[in-house]
Amino acid sequence: MELSNREFWGLIHGLVLGSFFLLAFAGGLAGLYSLRSRWLTEEGIVERTRRLTVGFWAMAVAAWATVITGTWIVYPWYREKLAGDDLAAGCADLALPRPGSCSPRDFLLSNVSGDTESWHTFGMEWKEHIAWIAPMLATSAAIVVVVYRQRLADAPRVRRIAITMFILAFATAAVAGILGALITKVAPVK
Amino acid sequence: MTTVETTGASQETRIEGTAAAALLATGIGAFVLGLLTTLAEASTGTKDFLQFNDRVGPLSGKTVIAAAVYFGALLVFALIWRGRQPALKPVLTVSGVLLLLGFLGTFPIFFQAFA
Repeated sequence: MELSNREFWGLIHGLVLGSFFLLAFAGGLAGLYSLRSRWLTEEGIVERTRRLTVGFWAMAVAAWATVITGTWIVYPWYREKLAGDDLAAGCADLALPRPGSCSPRDFLLSNVSGDTESWHTFGMEWKEHIAWIAPMLATSAAIVVVVYRQRLADAPRVRRIAITMFILAFATAAVAGILGALITKVAPVK
Repeated sequence: MTTVETTGASQETRIEGTAAAALLATGIGAFVLGLLTTLAEASTGTKDFLQFNDRVGPLSGKTVIAAAVYFGALLVFALIWRGRQPALKPVLTVSGVLLLLGFLGTFPIFFQAFA
């Protein structure tokens, strides 16, 4: 069993960094939602706030690392122009992209393995752009948590704003992550 | 023993300056990303300009500029609102509208209509 360099970076981008962000979401949301002075002792609020601060910053860093590795390392391999102008001829008879002659983008646009064009024109085009909004939202949610700290427990409106930003960051990352997983299934970067 | 400072709900018509800067910077960053995405589709010149890196293509310029604008706006507004508490409602409204426009501008069916 071995991974190519491209598969390794695809794994780091999608399965390690991206999945960490998405999986940590539930814990962060529960922690922030229940940060209320009625429900916690003073010591509990202090401890919870420390944990939320570390967690939110870790998620923000993971979100930036996910989009940076995706855009600057994996995406160039996805979008290589290898098949020439006639994509159907360049990718003819292939069931999957072929390194060196038909990139995933070439393969999807060629439609040689069914109606795959929309995976690029809609799926990848949406994923590659919307993903970059997630780290901005996650960073700003982390900043709100750091600025307010324990005061969040008695500031329901600001807490709701932080929760909304956090949910939007998750939803945005989820759109990108799901599309990425589906596109990788149809046309993997190898 | 740590004292937990309380802020009554009635005081929440204002927001701490740095938190307001973060909200607004998100809206501005997302809006710039959406705007550049749509402009790149509508204009070949813009698309070529945004190609900071040949391997990444125009996405390199869009994302570098949007991220720089996000951090720049964060810094500028944090300095402007340092030690102040701007009104929450206008910050929230402007940030929300810009964020929505950002989501719209990065949606393929929208930006591809300008191709």
